[in-house]
Amino acid sequence: MSEVIDCRKVSFKYNGVHALKDFSLNVNRGEVVALLGPNGAGKTTSIRVLNGLLMPESGSINILGLDPRKDGAKIRARTGVLTETPALYERLTAWQNLSFFGSLSEMSRIEVEKRSNHLLEVFNLQQRSRDRVETFSKGMKQRLALVRALLHDPELLFLDEPTSDLDPEAAKQVQDLILQISGHENRTVILCTHRLYEAEKLCDRVAIMKNGSVAAAGTLEELRMQVFPLLKVNFRTAGKTEKELVGILSQMPGANEVQALTNGELSLVVDNEDRIPAMVNALVYAGAAIKAVEPRHATLEDIYLRLQHAGEEMKQ
Amino acid sequence: MKWKNVFAIAKKDWIEVRQNKYAMVAMMIVPVIFVIIMPLVFTLLIPRINVAPQDVLNSDTDIQFFIERMPETLSKYIDLTKPMESMIVIMLGFMLAPMFLIMPLMFATTIAAESFAGERERKTIESLLYTPATDADLLVGKVTAAAVPAILVTWIGFALYTLILNLAPYRFFQRIWFPLPTWWPLIFWITPALVLMGIALTVIISARVQSFLGAYQTSASVVLLVVLLFAGQMSGVLYLSVGVEMILGVVFWIIALVLGYFGYKTFNRGALLTGKN
Repeated sequence: MSEVIDCRKVSFKYNGVHALKDFSLNVNRGEVVALLGPNGAGKTTSIRVLNGLLMPESGSINILGLDPRKDGAKIRARTGVLTETPALYERLTAWQNLSFFGSLSEMSRIEVEKRSNHLLEVFNLQQRSRDRVETFSKGMKQRLALVRALLHDPELLFLDEPTSDLDPEAAKQVQDLILQISGHENRTVILCTHRLYEAEKLCDRVAIMKNGSVAAAGTLEELRMQVFPLLKVNFRTAGKTEKELVGILSQMPGANEVQALTNGELSLVVDNEDRIPAMVNALVYAGAAIKAVEPRHATLEDIYLRLQHAGEEMKQ
Repeated sequence: MKWKNVFAIAKKDWIEVRQNKYAMVAMMIVPVIFVIIMPLVFTLLIPRINVAPQDVLNSDTDIQFFIERMPETLSKYIDLTKPMESMIVIMLGFMLAPMFLIMPLMFATTIAAESFAGERERKTIESLLYTPATDADLLVGKVTAAAVPAILVTWIGFALYTLILNLAPYRFFQRIWFPLPTWWPLIFWITPALVLMGIALTVIISARVQSFLGAYQTSASVVLLVVLLFAGQMSGVLYLSVGVEMILGVVFWIIALVLGYFGYKTFNRGALLTGKN
């Protein structure tokens, strides 16, 4: 698979503060990759730098075989960006918006018309194409912004918080559309979000950002191996106080982060599922009734939170 | 630079401004006042003032002062034996001339502020910056969007003004008397320079302020130049003869080009996004 993004140790400062610091990312053609991170982690800045809007201070960047520092216009002709806000011209109609952006993307009027009609149909906006954008709902604006980003059939699509401002129904619609467009062969999609379920649902790989750099990247399985190779286990018990049972489990080999939850529920982390039977035995021996044992692998949320709070634990 | 992109950007800005009723009303008030209302009021009302014709010019000390200090190159256009006619020539042919320059400045700074700072304020600038249009396409497109209507409106306004000034008081003049030679450099030499000056200043300011209003208010201060010209002429310090206008035009063009150079240097995608150079 050919690399569409090859970014190494890129740094960018805004107002003297690092918005990106040693940011590295590799993305292959056809992949859907999530850039996950809290607000201010550098997700939007990285899109701006990769598209040649902001000039990095150091590092090497190769996008579609081009350097955004020199070939920004050429890169932007092959990428599409859905910005955090729809950024549409509200006083213009949907059609006027598309016609304007199409003409700046080297498309002929006929191409713009053909492609717009097709996309407006797919995104269910055809009936409103001659209406001013200011009369659209938030969800419709976001869908139109997505049409704009796809108008010139970009090889590489950046979606910056595509559902952040939408109600659940509109967000679901947009997510379904993203699934639909990312299925297109050869199209690479970078999805910036802080919604973990969205990343899990829509993406092949995830890059978790923290303080302007990628803290970890890979598939969910790879991230588990890198960041959280342990198993989480929940015990639902009765007959003994949670405090007593926490004391017992804490002494068991391989048991970590033992916590008492509510109503006889306990949670802990183990390095291997083979340890669970011995723990069950110990609890039964102590007089506790075991109602359920629920082992589960770390979710993206577990991995994300562990990475985001890694520094804090170190400080503590 | 791609002219197709330049015209697409300019066209989009024109549609946007046209759809903005408040901006349109604000921009149209000045031309309507200077081009239609004032000439009609002067040409139709002055002759109806209940003053003896010989007293018309003596009724105002400012006008007397204006006439007394007027250089011969200009005073030859005033026939003092025809007081009513002279009054119209002085008011509409000379005194109002510098005020006519407010029109292109208003248009240019309003559209430029709307186009540069307004886009950033409404956050539409980001989607524009993600297009393949180069910085040069964006700059020239937006300058064209502001300059062309400003200059066109002034020229059309000038044609209309000429028509009104010759037709409305025709019974006094019995001839086509306007435009006076001083108006040609004013309209075709100074106006484009002032327009570019206003736009260049707006580009520089827009890169530093966050709102349309901030950019508009600061850049509209160029209007002070026009007020100074008006005051200079009224006080008899600076009469806008053809020679003076040609020199003023050169000065304005130099300032416009210097500001334009700094505007060009200021203009880049990063600055438009972040408001920092």
